[in-house]
Amino acid sequence: MSARDDAADVVLVQLAGLVADGGLKLVDLTHTLSPDFPTIVMPPEFGQSAPFRMERISCYDGDGPAWYWNNISFGEHTGTHFDAPIHWYTGKDLPLNTVDTLPTRDMIAPANVIDCSRQSAADADFLLGVEDILAWEREHGLIAPRSWVLLRTDWSKKTGRDYANLLDDGAHTPGPDADVIRWLVTERDIIGFGTETIGTDAGQAGHFSPPYPAHHFLHGAGRYGLQCLANLDQLPPKGAVVIAAPLKIRHGSGSPLRVLALIAA
Amino acid sequence: MTRPIAPSKRKDPLARTPRPLLPPSARSRTAHGLTLAAAEGRFALQRCEECHTFLYPPRDACPHCLSHDLPFTDAPVGGTLVAGTTIRVTNDTYFRERMPWRQGIVAADCGPSIIASLHGGCVEGSSVKLSLQLDKAGQPVAFATPLEETSNMRDDPQLRELTADPKHRRILITDGRNPVAPALAKALLRAEATHVFVGVAEAWKPFAGEADLRAIEGVEIVPLDLTDEQSVADLAADIGAKVDILVNTADHTRPVHIFDKGAARRLTETLDATLAGAMRLAQAFGPVMLARGADGTNSAVAWVNLLSVYALAAQPAFGTMSVSHAACLSLSHWLRTELRPGGVRLMNVFTGPLDTEWYQTVPPPKVAPGQLAEAVVDGLRRGLEEIYVGDAARDICARLAANPKALEREGGL
Repeated sequence: MSARDDAADVVLVQLAGLVADGGLKLVDLTHTLSPDFPTIVMPPEFGQSAPFRMERISCYDGDGPAWYWNNISFGEHTGTHFDAPIHWYTGKDLPLNTVDTLPTRDMIAPANVIDCSRQSAADADFLLGVEDILAWEREHGLIAPRSWVLLRTDWSKKTGRDYANLLDDGAHTPGPDADVIRWLVTERDIIGFGTETIGTDAGQAGHFSPPYPAHHFLHGAGRYGLQCLANLDQLPPKGAVVIAAPLKIRHGSGSPLRVLALIAA
Repeated sequence: MTRPIAPSKRKDPLARTPRPLLPPSARSRTAHGLTLAAAEGRFALQRCEECHTFLYPPRDACPHCLSHDLPFTDAPVGGTLVAGTTIRVTNDTYFRERMPWRQGIVAADCGPSIIASLHGGCVEGSSVKLSLQLDKAGQPVAFATPLEETSNMRDDPQLRELTADPKHRRILITDGRNPVAPALAKALLRAEATHVFVGVAEAWKPFAGEADLRAIEGVEIVPLDLTDEQSVADLAADIGAKVDILVNTADHTRPVHIFDKGAARRLTETLDATLAGAMRLAQAFGPVMLARGADGTNSAVAWVNLLSVYALAAQPAFGTMSVSHAACLSLSHWLRTELRPGGVRLMNVFTGPLDTEWYQTVPPPKVAPGQLAEAVVDGLRRGLEEIYVGDAARDICARLAANPKALEREGGL
């Protein structure tokens, strides 16, 4: 066994010890999958993403006297979920672009949390720009390659109608502007971008050029999206490690998942 | 003049809810010719094809010429009340609770003498109007009303027993997103319903007509998602015992060609929203309505399903909707049988294309939401089982009876 292997073993033992004794805290960034959680809405003539549904198989009754279980159904993009590159046309021809082929090493990565909760409270259509990132980096240092950028808006504290915020001209929720995602991918080599809202893009991003720039540039570059995240306010600006392992669905474009963040207690 | 019925007092929580009972229900197969007419609100009697005599009660041979050719034919509704009586004592469990009960012999203008239940306003020797009504057991009975309209006529206790009048009753409209919901709520409140619950799924998603619905006094928006078993069960737990008339407005009209990619998914989505939705409603609301069939002035009385007439004849342009509504019709028949022990009626309302967004490309005649709403109220007041609203629905019904193959070849148009 090499010295490097020995060092890894030590780290793993220390990691387990820190989790067990509370030196490391696990923050759950996931909303509960429930039938009334808002999902993305398309015009009604298009296909729709199915909301979460649960139907009882048995509950210690005639359909199963000693056991309780349910059938569940949902769309790949329901609840707190992961977007794989194949989700958008720009990523359709990339290798390893589905959730079943997603490299496992990409399922654990550091996170940079950009707090825009104040701006989002003042303006539902707040857009994150490159200047905001540069200002954040001046305070917290450069965003490291292959790390997540998570946009904290505290939008996850809203529920129902306020959360979806659908008006007759579409959704009004904060998100990245038309340039920042391309910049983060090319200049900072991020692994992905995460939000608290229903999409990685802003509610009005259909009117941007290109439309839905976060989807366009992230997935076109083989990067990932996380949306409907919760508890980002419990994460430090830098230092958290995110564990995001989507379900292994054959040729899947995404999946609901449990997103956990490890932080120093 | 009929004494107006008073709204129900709040129920005494210590009082036992009476179990619904049914009137005697045995009928011959021939007599179900009257059932068919009563279900559609027609007055039809057998008429001999040989000697042209109208007959009552139904028979298998003409008492005048012994012909077996006795088709049920729409008959004139006029008659004269020859003799009336008030029955005060009976051993029948259903009628014991409804004494006194007026009955009489009516000489129909078309010939036969008919034993009919009498509206309180009928006077011996005067002219009356005959109708066939479905009783609590779903069987046809003759009923006589005075010729002249008088005030509060529909409040007659015997007539109310034979109808599903919304007056003083509480309604649940299951899908408030259906564009007909505001018109339905308004029409039912005009008909003196005391309260209208309107179910809305996915409250986080705004919809056209929402402001209109919310502005109606007497309407209460309640969360109800027919595609979610738990949501339906939760609402039934809250208001199940307060629903006297359930109007299922679930619809999911999404045009798709049978060979289109995703057409099977569209079909399952439509079936989930309509057929499985109706099943979930039946499971959650059926048992409590069944148990409240004799629960005073505001007893549970009717279940209404809004269906497309394309349930009867597939319309390829709206294929998934035709399939789902055909299945819903079958479920209606099943549910009607299961609700009958409670004396709760089930009314199917068939319409042609509605004047709503999903039928934008279909030329008139189309059914306006207000027209549909008035037809629902009329059907409830008359205690009907099947109504056809608008020219397109009546046309398809007639052509289906005349030649279903011709209708099929003509693509349901």
